[in-house]
Amino acid sequence: MTALLEIDGLNKSFGGLRAVSDLSFVVREREILGLIGPNGAGKTTVFNLINGVFAPDRGRVRFHGVDITGHPPYHIARHGLARTHQIVQPLAELSVLDNCTVGACFGRENLSLARAGAAAREAAVFTGLEDRLSTPASQLTIAGKKRLELARALAARPRLLLLDEVLAGLNPTEIERMVKVIRSIREQGIAILIIEHLMQAIMGLSDRIVVLNSGQKLAEGAPTEIANNTAVIEAYLGDPALATTLHGGAQP
Amino acid sequence: MDGVLIGSVYGLAAMGLTLIWGVMNVVNLTHGAAIVAGMFALYLLTSGIDMPPYAALPLILVGGFLIGVALYWIAVHRMIGRPPLMILLSTFSVNLVVIGLGTAVWGTGLFNVAVALPGVTWRRYTFSGTHILAAVLTAIIAGSLYLFLYHTRLGKAVRAVANNREAAELVGIPTTRVLSLSFGLGVALAGAAGMLIATMFPFTVLSGDAYQLKSFVVTALGGLGNPAGALVGGVALGLVEGFAAQFMPVSWTLVIEFVLFVVVLIIFPRGVFAFKRS
Amino acid sequence: MKTDNTGSMPGDRRAPMLRRPFFWIIALVIVAFAIVPAVGNNVELRESLLLATVYITLASNLNLMLGYAGYINFGSIVFFGLGGYISVYLISAEGWPLAAAEFAAGAAVSLLALFFGLGILRLRGAFFALATIGINEGVEAFVSNFEPWGGSAGLYLSTTIFAPLGGPMRALWIIYFLLVAVMGASLYLSYAVKTSKFGLGLMAIGQNEDAAGVLGVPAPLYKAIAYSLSAFLPALAGGLYFFKGAFIQPPDAFDLSLSTEAMVIVMLGGRGTITGAAIGAYLYEELRGFLLTSQSFSNFQLVISGVLLLVIVLFVPGGLMGWIYGRWPRVKQVLE
Repeated sequence: MTALLEIDGLNKSFGGLRAVSDLSFVVREREILGLIGPNGAGKTTVFNLINGVFAPDRGRVRFHGVDITGHPPYHIARHGLARTHQIVQPLAELSVLDNCTVGACFGRENLSLARAGAAAREAAVFTGLEDRLSTPASQLTIAGKKRLELARALAARPRLLLLDEVLAGLNPTEIERMVKVIRSIREQGIAILIIEHLMQAIMGLSDRIVVLNSGQKLAEGAPTEIANNTAVIEAYLGDPALATTLHGGAQP
Repeated sequence: MDGVLIGSVYGLAAMGLTLIWGVMNVVNLTHGAAIVAGMFALYLLTSGIDMPPYAALPLILVGGFLIGVALYWIAVHRMIGRPPLMILLSTFSVNLVVIGLGTAVWGTGLFNVAVALPGVTWRRYTFSGTHILAAVLTAIIAGSLYLFLYHTRLGKAVRAVANNREAAELVGIPTTRVLSLSFGLGVALAGAAGMLIATMFPFTVLSGDAYQLKSFVVTALGGLGNPAGALVGGVALGLVEGFAAQFMPVSWTLVIEFVLFVVVLIIFPRGVFAFKRS
Repeated sequence: MKTDNTGSMPGDRRAPMLRRPFFWIIALVIVAFAIVPAVGNNVELRESLLLATVYITLASNLNLMLGYAGYINFGSIVFFGLGGYISVYLISAEGWPLAAAEFAAGAAVSLLALFFGLGILRLRGAFFALATIGINEGVEAFVSNFEPWGGSAGLYLSTTIFAPLGGPMRALWIIYFLLVAVMGASLYLSYAVKTSKFGLGLMAIGQNEDAAGVLGVPAPLYKAIAYSLSAFLPALAGGLYFFKGAFIQPPDAFDLSLSTEAMVIVMLGGRGTITGAAIGAYLYEELRGFLLTSQSFSNFQLVISGVLLLVIVLFVPGGLMGWIYGRWPRVKQVLE
């Protein structure tokens, strides 16, 4: 499988704080890559560097063969890279369908308004928002808003989807539904880079995992390798419960 | 360098703006109105009841604070957490009301508060007494503000709210009271600056807009939400103004300042003199 | 046609223009504006409606920025004033015919707005709002010092200027009809933008600019286009308005209170709605007429604008149309 996203020697500092240092990894076509690490490890910053919210101080980001380092987010979205936000960012006064239409209109296929409407409806139905199409986004529940984040990103028909803690704050039933949705997204041929704190879920979902600690790559490998990696367990020792689930989650 | 003296007063005005900005993330468009209110308060107190000009300063500070707190509850409190557009509009509308009332009562003619103070000559420069005293009073007010923010419990609460309102709320700081207090302080500072400006220059009801623009330029120079930067930015603006006045008519000053504002914001979005906040 | 979308965007974006009821409602308004004063040659009504056409033009175009993209433009009047200056100058000094001067003014002002827009639209929210005040002040200061345009004394047109239009009486009617056309164009422009992909992008920006960017909306470009687009028709209106008065002077051309009034109108009618901008303008114009004629209020016009704006922002942020949509949601499927 070829590399879809290549991150090479990425560095970013805020003031004196090094948020990401010398980070390199690749996401392959049709792959689910998990990005984990303790709080403050710099996971969301990595997303922001990939999709152009921040420009890296050093390092390159190549996506689908194009160097997108430092490009603005709207440019990167056009290339077929969509993302969800950890803190949901609904277009509050627009309806669910319109939120998705924005995604479809300005995504990879640059659809006309009429065709975007159909793509948007499809994405909304796929994520289980079919009876909420005309609801203003601000009136959705938190689970609904999470799904809307996903629906909007999918409506863009991306090549790669960045998912930032889409499971956080959901109850077990909702998590189960969301995990199914994520699996079927991959079956459509979309690669996924996912940040998640719920170890059980991410260990089960991911093909490979990259572990981040203080902005640096601590380990990379298959979920079972990661679960048995002593450096990773040590990094999580501040949180023994997490270390336990890390271990438990790898055995499906 | 007279610009330093005048500029420090600009800095004082900008401090009021930047304090509100830093603490509550609100752009206060009543700022110009507060400056004008300070000017006219001085005019009324000196011409109406023959008060000595500088005795009006504490009164204006207290009055400005109370009015600011009241304004917070009328126009700002309901807007916290709503889109920023709405706060801009609500403070703008208060500004309209104040300026409208001022115009209806006083018209748009020039006013002047005569302050008799001897000047000071140093080498070949002569400094007007009002300018020196204004700068000294500014330094005293700025110093008190610093002591308040960094050495009192309440001041620490203000800084905590500025840093992270939700976290401050969680550790039991009454954030709403802190917000209203900060707004009051911001308006009081603007009023005091207006009063000091009125001792130096003639003014009209419509002067507020120009000084408001100056405050924004200063804030842009000094970095948002940064009182110390505001003072430095104010002095810088005073110097620029003094310098520009030698080459072009005064009517261009506003244009220069506006260009400066936009250019600075585009090139240095965090302010030219932005110090790291501790 | 499914009408399950009752969000803030129109329900039937895909219907052809001529099959949409709102298209015909706008047409009806334009025809009414043109015919009602003409029947019986009612000059007094015409003058009152003429002001309404100016207000509706200013408010609808302001709505592109304020209502759709969520950017406050305190200085929208600069388009009106510059349009007036350019066309009056071209007519008086260069002897251009009205139509040519008008379009030159509109094009020049739009280009200038695009140029300014690409610069200042890098500023967000409050900074942008302040920069727009600065642009207005800056342009006014420039024009006041610009000798070819008469400096602070302004420009006059000779009375013979109306001769090509068949004398003053006829010329005033022609100018009025042209202003009605500009108003109609403004309403259709607002409608066309609102029902387009471009408009959807603007609304996404207005809701959350960062999120819109991540979704692929090219915000800097869209904002600059909207800003420039919102300059064209006000510039035409300014050209006609000052041509009618045969006189232009900086304080009238760049009167910030007109910008303010346009904002009050947009908020009064309902931000982001076309009907709201039109009804708001009409209501405001009536209110203003009343205030100006009553002795006790004429000094307090600014105060009343301010109080009105404050009350709307505090208690009815959706304006008149927001209130109507809240009570009768079905209205949303007909009126935009």
